[in-house]
Amino acid sequence: MAECVHLEYRVDGNNFVSAGTATESVKSFLKNMGVDPKDVRRVAIAMYEGEINMVIHANGGYAYADIYVDKCIITLVDTGKGIADIELAMQPGYSTASDEVRALGFGAGMGLPNMKKYADECIIESEVGKGTKVTLVTNFS
Amino acid sequence: MKISQAAQILEGTILCCEEFKDREVISACGSDMMSDVLAYAKDQAVLITGLCNPQVIRTAVMMDMLCIIFVRGKMPTEEMIELAKEREIVLISTPRRMFSACGKLYQAGLVPGGY
Repeated sequence: MAECVHLEYRVDGNNFVSAGTATESVKSFLKNMGVDPKDVRRVAIAMYEGEINMVIHANGGYAYADIYVDKCIITLVDTGKGIADIELAMQPGYSTASDEVRALGFGAGMGLPNMKKYADECIIESEVGKGTKVTLVTNFS
Repeated sequence: MKISQAAQILEGTILCCEEFKDREVISACGSDMMSDVLAYAKDQAVLITGLCNPQVIRTAVMMDMLCIIFVRGKMPTEEMIELAKEREIVLISTPRRMFSACGKLYQAGLVPGGY
């Protein structure tokens, strides 16, 4: 299937207020494209969790959206501290977030499980000290 | 029920987007953890929360919610109100606590929409 659109965003790691703007932009784009609202929401939730993670754990990074006729691929790339044990990080409730982050309503250890739950494919590649790349594929119904 | 009725039941104040107060809402979810809202909410139109920061508005946007009710008298900042206005989300503040606010709305007919 031919590629339709490629969108790119810089996610500011020092700005908790603006966290989510990249996701909102992709969400509106998909909505305007006429993608099924259920699929739009699945993309939005998974990407938003990823975007929040980049802000609270990795000092920001880049978010890319490749939107095809039948699917959307979100790629989140950061140069943060990386994830030592991805399997452990995927467990619901496991979190390394600070109390400050928890006070903001995140850090409940649901970020990665949520991404896995809502995206059709969730690929996490990470190297400690170098960074993390998350790929989220959502097929449109 | 209408959003305005929910505000009335909770003796709450509508803080913005009053023009949308007649929108009908059927279900709600109550949580202070936004990740839990993202994990468990389905089609709930109302978010009842004691958390008060801009990511509450963003979470509601992601979930296509129409109204956020802040309990325990929490007041959103101007910045949050602006975010909500741009996205047509009605913000309400009530002095009631979480349990009592949820109970009152449940009693008046709002459904959980989940387990």
